[in-house]
Amino acid sequence: MKITLKIWRQESAKAKGKLETYQLNEVEQDMSFLEMLDMLNEDLAVKGERSVEFDHDCREGICGQCSLVINGQAHGPESHYTTCQTHMRSFKDGDTIFIEPFRAKAFPVIRDLKVNRDSFDTIIQAGGYISAFTGNAPEANNIPIHHDISESAFDSAACIGCGACVATCKNSSAALFVSAKISHLAKLPQGKVERKERVEWMITAHDEEGFGSCTHTGACAMVCPQEVQLLDITRMNFEFNRALCIS
Amino acid sequence: MALNAKEPKGPLKDKWRLYNEHKNLVNPANRKKIDIIVVGAGLSGGGASASLAELGYNVKTFFFQDSARRSHSVAAQGGVNAAKNYQNDGDTIYKMFYDTIKGGDYRSREANVYRMAQLSVDLIDHMTAQGVPFGREYSGYLSNRSFGGVLVSRTFYARGQTGQQLLMATYQAMMKQVKKGTLTQYNRHEILDFVLIDGKARGVIVRDLVTGKIERHSAHAVVLGTGGFGKIYYLSTLAMNSNGSATWRAHKKGAFFANPSWTQIHPTALPQAGDQQSKLTLMSESLRNDGRIWVPLKKDDDRLPNDIPDEERDYYLERRYPAFGNLVPRDVASRAAKERMDAGHGIGKLKNAVYLDFRTAIGKLGVDTIKERYGNLFTMYKKITGIDAYKEPMKISPAAHFSMGGLWVDYELGTTIPGLYAVGEANFADHGANRLGANSLLQASVDGNFVLPNTISNYLADEIRTGPIPTDTKEFDEAEKAVKDQIDKLLSIKGKTPVDRIHRALGKIMFKEVAMARNEKGLIWAIEEIKKLRKQFWTDAAITGDADGMNSELEKAGRLADYLEIAELMAIDALSRNESCGAHFREEFVSDDGEAERNDEEFMYSAAWEWLGKPDWKLHKEHLEFHDIEVKTRSYK
Ligand SMILES: Cc1cc2nc3c(=O)[nH]c(=O)nc-3n(C[C@H](O)[C@H](O)[C@H](O)COP(=O)(O)OP(=O)(O)OC[C@H]3O[C@@H](n4cnc5c(N)ncnc54)[C@H](O)[C@@H]3O)c2cc1C
Ligand code: FES
Repeated sequence: MKITLKIWRQESAKAKGKLETYQLNEVEQDMSFLEMLDMLNEDLAVKGERSVEFDHDCREGICGQCSLVINGQAHGPESHYTTCQTHMRSFKDGDTIFIEPFRAKAFPVIRDLKVNRDSFDTIIQAGGYISAFTGNAPEANNIPIHHDISESAFDSAACIGCGACVATCKNSSAALFVSAKISHLAKLPQGKVERKERVEWMITAHDEEGFGSCTHTGACAMVCPQEVQLLDITRMNFEFNRALCIS
Repeated sequence: MALNAKEPKGPLKDKWRLYNEHKNLVNPANRKKIDIIVVGAGLSGGGASASLAELGYNVKTFFFQDSARRSHSVAAQGGVNAAKNYQNDGDTIYKMFYDTIKGGDYRSREANVYRMAQLSVDLIDHMTAQGVPFGREYSGYLSNRSFGGVLVSRTFYARGQTGQQLLMATYQAMMKQVKKGTLTQYNRHEILDFVLIDGKARGVIVRDLVTGKIERHSAHAVVLGTGGFGKIYYLSTLAMNSNGSATWRAHKKGAFFANPSWTQIHPTALPQAGDQQSKLTLMSESLRNDGRIWVPLKKDDDRLPNDIPDEERDYYLERRYPAFGNLVPRDVASRAAKERMDAGHGIGKLKNAVYLDFRTAIGKLGVDTIKERYGNLFTMYKKITGIDAYKEPMKISPAAHFSMGGLWVDYELGTTIPGLYAVGEANFADHGANRLGANSLLQASVDGNFVLPNTISNYLADEIRTGPIPTDTKEFDEAEKAVKDQIDKLLSIKGKTPVDRIHRALGKIMFKEVAMARNEKGLIWAIEEIKKLRKQFWTDAAITGDADGMNSELEKAGRLADYLEIAELMAIDALSRNESCGAHFREEFVSDDGEAERNDEEFMYSAAWEWLGKPDWKLHKEHLEFHDIEVKTRSYK
């Protein structure tokens, strides 16, 4: 396949960026999207030009490091895929593809297509944990947890922290990300002890980091690679109101 | 220098207790005065960071991803073992120890393995308390599955994302400590060298991958939890940025490297489909609980798999190993696949795969049960290949997966450099010549959470009067200069061959001759080819961009430079071991029925290599003694 690429190039957080055009003539259907970019970078290296910086690591949809906006869509054309799972069979010969970084005030660009998502760590630091020190734990089977509750907690815990929810949201809200962690821990008996502080602290951190408010458009759940449910946001709101009521 | 494994005296089952009763401690008030550098934030490094910070030490943790939650432990799918005996199927700590030693083909240290089995029980409790949503029965109790090489069900799992869930718990424990101020994390930082003062590990030289700045950091002890180096094969189940550089640079500063050639080739990964391919995604071993592996009986059979009737299929694992069937250990399954493919029965475009079929299980248990057990793996398979595996069998193929070899460590997880420790996949401990499935999440977590925080105090007890370690010394100057010189050298090559292309060439050599089956001629050939490639790299690599600022090409080049040396040692190690054991299968040393043949008389040791420069190495042997297990021929028939 012949593919034309329009890629966002930006030297640093402060520099101005722009779209540059590149041409690839030997792309194959079986290649992953990132292998196509590897091919471009090899071409650039031979020509002595600086390579295109993009984030990636596991290349199997689980680490959450890859983060591209492809033709205006976070993680590309297929819903619930990560960028690294996207393959060239989703495109056709002669296509022009626009590639940009995840954009949000809380995700400043580092270089080209790489962004800084430290704000996600900050939100988890605020309360996204159970305070069980190493060595403190009771026998695991002393806390029976209904199969369905454990499965439901897993659905929320599956979040890979990629930030596609933020990149796709018109308000750049991280509500889906925050609610996934709050729901994961609030559903489990072990996590219930700290639920009040957790929701208060995490939501405060979310707002302080510069993410927007949720207006419940549901765009986030449409792109989420792990299909985290919009219902988690409702659950987060419940937890928040519960915390208000009992304080 | 003689190797001292520092195994505590006493009966096997009491060693860890006795060790803890007699080791030195650091009192809580003094811990604040002690700095510890941890490199790596996966299960091993992350677990160590969180646990050490909880104890009150000042911890600095370095890793190259943008968040600790992305360390490659995240990709582990199938599960984690523990001898809980929840299934009442006769499991015990001894049984788990036995399975692990046998699985590793009697090439690991008894005391370490026994400790891992003992602590496995606590790990499940710990992870459950942290909120890991392990699979459960409708009664609410924890559920188990089986993994290869054992006859009990002792594997705990969180769907097909067990590594992710364990890592989330570990990451969250780290984040709590970051908030408390006991842990400082340095994301997007890569370790480039180690600083030794008076022979002790005292600090590191790192590159900030965002600004390109070279930084100095000092500490009273350094812990490496930097994972495996299977990416040396280019195509592997590892992450793109997984590397051997941290352990390798420690090796060049004096840490012995043990059993480097023992690499696990996993039998069930997705096959290579094209030249530009960068990754072989793993399909969890747990699939072998319900999937049956087969190839067509007829050579070059072009029919679609569903058109081939049962009697024309060769379920070769069930045929060759009736006792364990599809659940034989990985090395056995990979070699059996290779044997069938070499004999002309491989399937797929490149004839490089075998089938993994769920038809029987779906017929018996229904699609819904299979979906609940492996749903995410089937989805992942579909996303990558476009094929629905509920309807037709998966195509799978062996791929480089896990490094049994790594830095040599003693019972305390200390390397041969005082004050430098190695945890998780970065060390060589516990798995011998072949790792059992679901034992490595266990080892990484146990090393980080339970072992290291206890053993390191024995060393640090002597450091309470040392005071802060300054970084403006000649040792730091020299190490920093060496790092900067290497970066300049790389950037001045300005050749014409992209780094990835050289890495792919290296991968081809390694997969051909230093992987599933090895022989003298092939290994000698490989060593020559590796040397040629190393020369090509240093004269013709195309490394663009500059040193000040983000530069992925430079990062890759630095890692490849190390791989080109590690590769040589791997081949030398494989050549020096004239026997077959576990994953190390030398074609010259096989039994009459084609199975691996050990030579316990001559090779009952771990090979620990000392760097002599140039590259050149000296072999040291840690002789292994087995008091609590009868050494037998490993058989799964
Ligand atoms: C696809 C896959 C599936 C697996 N499935 C299972 C399973 O089901 N059960 C099981 O028991 N095991 C499994 N394993 C093995 C297991 O996941 C790993 O062995 C284990 O997680 C390793 O943990 P670790 O902490 O040692 O290293 P990792 O989790 O790999 O962490 C390495 C850390 O070191 C850092 N690092 C590395 N190099 C540098 C450097 N130069 N500078 C700075 N930082 C550095 C990285 O940033 C990272 O934080 C699987 C492995 C793979 C690849
Ligand atoms: S690279 Fe890990 S999720 Fe895409």
